Amino acid sequence: MTDTTNPYNMPDDRGHFGPYGGIFIAETLIPAVEELQAAYDQYMTDPEFIAELDKDFQHYVGRPSPLYHAERWSKELGGAQIYLKREDLNHTGAHKINNTIGQILLAKRMGKKRIIAETGAGQHGVATATVCARLGLECVVYMGAVDIARQALNVYRMQLLGAKVVPVTSGSKTLKDALNEAIRDWVTNVDNTFYIIGTVAGPAPYPAMVRDFQTIIGREAREQCLTQAGKLPNALVACIGGGSNAIGLFHPFIDDADVKMFGVEAAGDGIETGRHSAAICAGRPGVLHGNRTYLIEDDDGEIIETHSISAGLDYPGVGPEHAWLNDIGRAEYVSVTDDEALEGFHALTKLEGIIPALESSHAMAYTLKLAPTMKNDEIIIVNLSGRGDKDMHTMAEREGIKI
Amino acid sequence: MSRLETVFADFKKSGHKALIPFITAGDPNPEFTVPMMHAMVEAGADIIELGVPFSDPMADGPVIQRASERALAHKMSLRRTLKIAAEFRLTNQSTPVVLMGYANPVEAMGYKVFAEAAGKAGVDGVLTVDLPPEEASECAELLNAHGIDQIFLLAPNSTESRIKKMDAVGSGFLYYVSVKGITGAGHLDTADVEKKLQLIRANTNIPVAIGFGIKEAETAKTISAFGDAVVVGSALISKIEANLDNPEVAKQEIVDLLQSMRTAMDNQV
Repeated sequence: MTDTTNPYNMPDDRGHFGPYGGIFIAETLIPAVEELQAAYDQYMTDPEFIAELDKDFQHYVGRPSPLYHAERWSKELGGAQIYLKREDLNHTGAHKINNTIGQILLAKRMGKKRIIAETGAGQHGVATATVCARLGLECVVYMGAVDIARQALNVYRMQLLGAKVVPVTSGSKTLKDALNEAIRDWVTNVDNTFYIIGTVAGPAPYPAMVRDFQTIIGREAREQCLTQAGKLPNALVACIGGGSNAIGLFHPFIDDADVKMFGVEAAGDGIETGRHSAAICAGRPGVLHGNRTYLIEDDDGEIIETHSISAGLDYPGVGPEHAWLNDIGRAEYVSVTDDEALEGFHALTKLEGIIPALESSHAMAYTLKLAPTMKNDEIIIVNLSGRGDKDMHTMAEREGIKI
Repeated sequence: MSRLETVFADFKKSGHKALIPFITAGDPNPEFTVPMMHAMVEAGADIIELGVPFSDPMADGPVIQRASERALAHKMSLRRTLKIAAEFRLTNQSTPVVLMGYANPVEAMGYKVFAEAAGKAGVDGVLTVDLPPEEASECAELLNAHGIDQIFLLAPNSTESRIKKMDAVGSGFLYYVSVKGITGAGHLDTADVEKKLQLIRANTNIPVAIGFGIKEAETAKTISAFGDAVVVGSALISKIEANLDNPEVAKQEIVDLLQSMRTAMDNQV
């Protein structure tokens, strides 16, 4: 269990969360991550940088995002009081912008003129294209050909914003392959290129750096909950692909030992079918994309194709800090299927008039199970990490409707 | 002394430059690899690099990616690659074999089990692209205990202090990646390589092999003068890819290319 006498302080100075994390990268990238680490160390303690970041959070992203008491849904479920952290109301419609705003400010200070990113659902790609447009930087986004087909709207958004979207046709043509291709670009153009990774994975310092930009979610939620409800929540719920929205919510609560944390992975068609993306629930530790973490792989260590109805969760790994929080028992990792996620999607849409992203719908689906097991005066904060507009085509197709 | 150290010590005395071909184990099919290895030795190869296929080869260009995919389609794996190395050893006890691949198959097998199995298979070196010295100590120690060298990389942007670090932790040889980029890249600048090798030579006595972007005999000749060995990979695998219907033709074309490189490298003026 967590040591309650010492405040949580991970990773170590080599970017390790216990056995997880680290810098498992090719030699050519070593100078790049060393340069990034130095810049990150310098600017995260620089009051001018922090002030600029705070200003952008407030005036460009639209922070703080509300903590909304979903009274009707809470009543319907008859258990805990459900509060939604409204990251869906951020500019560009998801939590992803918190991180891209932070990284682009770093890139600017480091003098990098070219930005690359990978994207799955397209939310991170849009968030990256957005900040690049704002600063006038060249932006190249790698996206799996399969994801391009199922997220056409976001592809168009990125193009409107001036980004070049490069289809990735190797491997399974999804998020993991987009990461491979972005890493290949980075190795080739390492001198002038800044790689904005979209989740809490990759070589150190990315997992800690992306987390630190995303913890604005949990810091706000903690304060808002204390103000609005007069006490801390009893439980936190967030969906997990790589896990950046989850760690952003969880991290500021880690030392609050009584606050339970639930990370919800995508069970796709069901874990027993093998068609899922639940790395912690059904994977084992290995090394991919620069870090050691739980992976979905076969006995020989080859990565297996994953599945989820939500492109943003369709990834065979998970951020290394989640692997660590799982192993030490500080957070609990569960999974819900595509069908369950759809129930969560409809529940929130019909009862609260909020259409969640399919990714966030996984957190809603677990809340459907958790809330009724809790008392009326207990509180759950659910991270509503993104809005569902981008998923209209997927939903309509699923329900046999042509739009 | 390890087999790699012995070989390079001999070469240093005679001025011989080593030729190191790379092929992916199991490409285009598992039966192709061992006879190809023997044929490459006949054609003048001094050390053989055997690629271990991986589903996500992040440092490789399209040619080697597709080689990996073809091998994986035949269920090639790290364990089966070790079997190939062992089979090669049955009739060749002198040519060093270096495995080149990614960390995850080794992690999945377990460092200890892998080191033992690689030792038994007669493997001499292991180059794991995504295992820099920062993360390699546990694996390297276990490999060394079985007489195997962990091969580390240097890159065009490696600093002097980084080269010194590699001198401290490296053994067997150091692999200098001659371009910033992925395997099979097309923009090799020999003047840059020469300059960088001077810096590397000034900071380490470990033999240096140079690879990435070396496609034909003249480049092999030029580059080999700067280091102790040249590595050629994508150019060979392109021959396999161009002759998928007829692997015997690929084999002959690979032999021809290696022979032309060997001849050119042996005729330094």
